[in-house]
Amino acid sequence: MRYAMAMDTKKCVGCGDCVVACQTENNVPLGYCRDWIVESVRGTYPETVQMHFKSERCMHCANTPCVRTCPTGASHVIEGGIVKVTHNECIGCGACIEACPYEARYVHPDGYIDKCTFCDHRLEQGMSTACVEVCPTSCLIFGDLDDPKSPISKALESKDWYVIAPEAGTKPQLYFLK
Amino acid sequence: MEEVLYVSGKALPHINPHLEIWGGTIAIYLFIGGLAAGLLFFANFFYLKGKGNSMPMTIKVAPILTPIIIIIGLGLLVFDLHHKLYFWQLLLHIRMMSPMSWGAWTLTVIMIPAILWPITYLDDSIKYLQERNPKCKITGILIWANNLINKLPILPWIINIFNKNKKIAAYFTLFLSIVLGVYTGILLSAFNARPLWNSAILGPLFLTSGVSTAAALLMWLSNNPLERKLYSKIDLFLIAVELFFIIHLFMGMLSSGIAQVEAAQLFLGGPFTVYFWVLVVSMGLILPAILEIMELSGFHIPIAIPAFLVLLGGLLFRFIMVYCGQASGFNIL
Repeated sequence: MRYAMAMDTKKCVGCGDCVVACQTENNVPLGYCRDWIVESVRGTYPETVQMHFKSERCMHCANTPCVRTCPTGASHVIEGGIVKVTHNECIGCGACIEACPYEARYVHPDGYIDKCTFCDHRLEQGMSTACVEVCPTSCLIFGDLDDPKSPISKALESKDWYVIAPEAGTKPQLYFLK
Repeated sequence: MEEVLYVSGKALPHINPHLEIWGGTIAIYLFIGGLAAGLLFFANFFYLKGKGNSMPMTIKVAPILTPIIIIIGLGLLVFDLHHKLYFWQLLLHIRMMSPMSWGAWTLTVIMIPAILWPITYLDDSIKYLQERNPKCKITGILIWANNLINKLPILPWIINIFNKNKKIAAYFTLFLSIVLGVYTGILLSAFNARPLWNSAILGPLFLTSGVSTAAALLMWLSNNPLERKLYSKIDLFLIAVELFFIIHLFMGMLSSGIAQVEAAQLFLGGPFTVYFWVLVVSMGLILPAILEIMELSGFHIPIAIPAFLVLLGGLLFRFIMVYCGQASGFNIL
């Protein structure tokens, strides 16, 4: 099993529903977020101006520098390749934050390091992640890459995609459909 | 011309406070770690060379500082944690791939010889300090500590065993001190996501810098002209090695991928250029080297000036590396 997420940059309107859904579902403290929206405008007005929205979160990399540098083993990988943090083992040293090229982690006000969990508590109950379920344009696709019939496998097969900073060598599992 | 505008709730420098998770405490900790490693290195190295009586400051007196500064360093490290009450989790896990884990273990293990070594010389140290300055207040504290140690039940027995196996202990501590010095650099270089730090030369560079600051401190503390001259020469050699490593650091980064080239630009025209080349390279390395050369060739220069410059340069070097490293990264937008 290899969980992954794809997001269609052509469908996203940048509404931020995924951010709010995540904050509500996971009780993320005020002022913090586990996922976020990036809005980029390229080109010179009035000729070719392009606008893109991206919904980003932890990439749940296949090669995890955060887990490697964690001094206590609080950061770990569970089944399906999901990267999680055990709160009462985390000392809040910040090594994983330094190790993450995507800035996907933050310090929870209680002291431990917090991040996206791919809503593993919802997956256990057979549901999808909160951000995917709430997305009004269905631009987020979540699923198992090892299953060739899953929607994400089909999407990645049929469309062009890219990942952010592949040169970091972390093999990120959040794919952006062109 | 192309204009690019980014709006994001995250990943924008200086908006998200956690982009700079490590600050000054880590820089001071790295400085202290390097200094302690250097002091232990010289004490054990010259002990093994049989200089016990000709270099009393290096082997007997200065090591009193090491357990104190290591405890200060560990205190800073715990203070910098965000989940402070869980710090003991560090000592429940051994994770070889995490430099912070084996660094914490090295610091824990090195505490044993760092405490026992100066205790075995406490009588000599007290005599040395009394001869040098009879009014020195530190001597009083040391006499009190010495009496306390002799009254404790098990400690004299442990010290006796340590004394009997001193040569083995010295080799062991020498090795550990090098590991500690290298660790202060490897702690930073293990992060692929920070291209400025991600260089194998950082370990040797921080080790050299740490040993160099220790040489400067010993040169300052010693009152023996021969010992001072020796440390002047050692420090001069270490400064040359450091400059060589810094050139290598830049050669490596400039011939690497785009992230590394951009990281190097932070020092070559970027916002950290003046800090690095003026404060660290010119005032912390080249100026004290010139002063030490003048001193060795017969000019009279107060020893405190080059020593202070090397120590300050070492501290600023760590500050700049810690902050600048966190300003470097991959293009994730």
